[in-house]
Amino acid sequence: MTALLEAEGLARHYQVRKGSRLFSRPATLRAVDGVSFTLQPGRTLGLVGESGCGKTTTAKLVLGLLPLSAGEIRLQGETLPKAGSTRWRELRRTMQMVYQDPLAALDRRIAVGRQVMEPLAIHTIGTPAERRDKALAILESVGLQAHHFARYPHELSGGQRQRIVLARALILSPRLLVCDEPISALDVSIQAQVVNLLLALQAKMGLAYLFISHDLRMVRQVSHEVAVMYLGRIVEQGDPDRLFAAPAHPYTRALVSAIPVATRKGRQRLILKGDPPNPIDVPSGCAFHERCPIAVARCRAETPLLRPMADGRHVACHLAA
Amino acid sequence: MMRYLAGRLLRALLTIFLVVTFAFFVLRLSGDPALLIMSVDAPPESVEAFRISWGLDRPVWVQYLRYIVHALTGDLGNSMRDGRPALQLVLERVPATLAITIPAFLLKIAIGVPAGIYAALHRNSLADRMTMLFSVAGFTMPSFVLALLLVLVFSVQLGWLPSSGSEGMANAILPIVTLGAAGAAILARFTRSAMLEVLGQPYIRAASAKGLTWRRVVTEHALPNAAIPTTTIIGFMVGTLIAGAVVVESVFAWPGIGRLLVISVANRDLAVVQTILLFVAATMVTANIIVDLVYGWIDPRMRTSPR
Amino acid sequence: MTEPLIDIRNLTVDFDTGHRVVRALHGIDLAIQSGEAVGLVGESGSGKSVTWLAALGLLGGRARIGGEVRFEGHNLVGAPASELEAVRGARIAMIFQDPSSSLNPVYRIGQQLAEALQLHRGMTSGAALAEAGRLLDRVGIADAMRRLRDYPHELSGGMNQRVMIAMALAGQPQILIADEPTTALDATIQAQILELLQEIRRDSSMALVLISHDLGVVAENTDRVCVMYAGRIVEDAPIATIFEAPAHPYTSGLLAALPELEGPRRPLVAIPGVVPEPWNLPPGCSFAPRCTEFEAACEAAVPPAVELARGHRAACIHARSGVA
Repeated sequence: MTALLEAEGLARHYQVRKGSRLFSRPATLRAVDGVSFTLQPGRTLGLVGESGCGKTTTAKLVLGLLPLSAGEIRLQGETLPKAGSTRWRELRRTMQMVYQDPLAALDRRIAVGRQVMEPLAIHTIGTPAERRDKALAILESVGLQAHHFARYPHELSGGQRQRIVLARALILSPRLLVCDEPISALDVSIQAQVVNLLLALQAKMGLAYLFISHDLRMVRQVSHEVAVMYLGRIVEQGDPDRLFAAPAHPYTRALVSAIPVATRKGRQRLILKGDPPNPIDVPSGCAFHERCPIAVARCRAETPLLRPMADGRHVACHLAA
Repeated sequence: MMRYLAGRLLRALLTIFLVVTFAFFVLRLSGDPALLIMSVDAPPESVEAFRISWGLDRPVWVQYLRYIVHALTGDLGNSMRDGRPALQLVLERVPATLAITIPAFLLKIAIGVPAGIYAALHRNSLADRMTMLFSVAGFTMPSFVLALLLVLVFSVQLGWLPSSGSEGMANAILPIVTLGAAGAAILARFTRSAMLEVLGQPYIRAASAKGLTWRRVVTEHALPNAAIPTTTIIGFMVGTLIAGAVVVESVFAWPGIGRLLVISVANRDLAVVQTILLFVAATMVTANIIVDLVYGWIDPRMRTSPR
Repeated sequence: MTEPLIDIRNLTVDFDTGHRVVRALHGIDLAIQSGEAVGLVGESGSGKSVTWLAALGLLGGRARIGGEVRFEGHNLVGAPASELEAVRGARIAMIFQDPSSSLNPVYRIGQQLAEALQLHRGMTSGAALAEAGRLLDRVGIADAMRRLRDYPHELSGGMNQRVMIAMALAGQPQILIADEPTTALDATIQAQILELLQEIRRDSSMALVLISHDLGVVAENTDRVCVMYAGRIVEDAPIATIFEAPAHPYTSGLLAALPELEGPRRPLVAIPGVVPEPWNLPPGCSFAPRCTEFEAACEAAVPPAVELARGHRAACIHARSGVA
């Protein structure tokens, strides 16, 4: 089976100025620095990490919303051509994006039904009547009704708006949805609705998801594989159940232990010192070593590479076994 | 810091240069000064003689180069009407203009800022609505309309103040009020929205939660923040001190730079118009630099970047 | 039972939007003992923050507040400004969701801390700065004396929340109201801040009210939780009870909608429908249209809070039969 999406060595570097505004010197910010993963059709890869770790940048690179500094993206075996070219436009239809803030992703002056149909009009697919029928069908499949068609974004609740965003992404029958924090703007009781909908759509349409979230519990709920990012790199990748139950990388361990749990079982909590370093000033060797509770001399000198473990997961830590 | 200032200064000079160049060519494309200054029925030979004596017979780019070279040595040319140096003509008018624009500027701040603050603090009250009503009226009404209204009331009806001229202090009052009212209206509206924006910020609620009295929350926490955007507008008003009174000076026959500009444009008195535009550009640009510096001084976020 | 430290009785809040008057709080009853840690859980618009902003008179002119907030023998509702100012920051301190914008951008951290110290402890500015440094050190900021000269934008979100906590401690309050103190922060930073709050509570007898949308955060850091829905407390119980024997269907619904991090994955059971808008509440129980145990009687009247066991109240007509 050909993979749906292959990302190889993705990198996005920015030239920035560092220091105060008046006395600055150039520096390189490595927002994403050598990220590789493979996504099979109908599967979900969860990307987790804290703000600034590069997960959103990775999503934008995959969609061609940002140019790559290095690396390659293959869609169904075909290298993604330059953004904007005709072939890219064709391939791009198979990948759609779902954003965190549905209100910002929708145009508040246009009825939501028209916004759902819009991608069809852009790609000149079908007659106006066919487009409308298709939009109504999609609305139903995301759990909305025909009467929502003529509503405006502000007349809908947060959860309903996110369903509209989903419907708009689905109308071109994509194979891959990139979901960037799709539920974090929603209320707790609504989050489960949207997550269940995503799972049902996946089962029905065979969609693949690149699911980005800081909520490890939700990521475990939806993912077949999960990748943990820290300062632009993947530090641990593997099966979500195993990875969250027994994290191998000390950063993953800290992330997992930082999650407040409802039932107190006297778990040992690992609290990291300090803030993540500025991505302009990434420490030498392992980027995590300054905050790592188990770092040794080697971690300062040598950058650990992502290597396979016995149980099939990959970890970028010298000390993981 | 020095590098930043030098860059800023260089850009300022470039702006002035572009304004001067633009003015130079537009003026030469839009009419022949020789025909305007000599009367229409003047003999063609004397018109031609006039052109030659002012260098207007040469190609435009030669005139331009000559102008720039002279300007760099401080010679901005002579007036075609009375032959006196344009710079001197313009400088003579500066005090008269400043005599009305500076009091008007102070009036704008003295009325506009407190009115805006008061309106914001009493949002939706009657006072707020009245302030905003006056404010809208103040900046939608063209200044010549306001000027004529004031003349109608205070000169024609009441006879308290002279309607034009420059004999004494009384003559300055109506021009100052006309200029000040429009500026105060803009400033009041701007200050109000800046203040409302700040009052809605989380740190205002946090300051109240700390136990500070409302008066201290407003004076110590809200005002310094609202001052940041308001300073920009005030800074731009400094930029209009020289040339912001063109209409008002014309209406009230006030012998300032604005009136000189109108007359010189009508006469195609090229050197004078260019000199005035140079002055205007220079004050605007200087005001901009001052705004930038003041900004850095009152807003710490402009001084240092986050770690 | 001892006299509670603060006793909120039938607190109501109405917002005058200019077009209509909308009731945001429908009679909150909540008593907090000194030294107690209470969690307030609910979705946006449930009234968990409004309760405390109303109690401290921080809602501004458009809010009409009814009921009583008994604190140290006074009723804070309708109290003169000077009385409220004496309570705020000194007796009851509050920290907020977005620490970086809760600090004034134009003043240094040290000035803002010193301001609170001068206000509440009558210190001279020199003494206040020294004490500010000590407080920063207390909340775990390294190199405290130098940090006093920093502006808020020069610090990370986590550091700014530490500064806010230090500022709250300046008045040596009896209660700290922490309104979503970690929502804007990353997971590892959230853990640091919650740990700091725990540590401060161990060292002092300060009561803590922790407002959060995250049941997990509240479970780990408080003894008792009040679940709020559409401007009412629907359940009030010790932490263990909430998780083991929730009495209100909304509480059980929230628990079923949360995924676990360990153990077998189970399908999430979502609560159907949406939170009603405050100006468009259904008749009777506000949760009725979304409730799995709905029956006609739910619409007849707002169910009163019923005491199911000592320290366990729920506002549901099924609650008595469901647990007892």
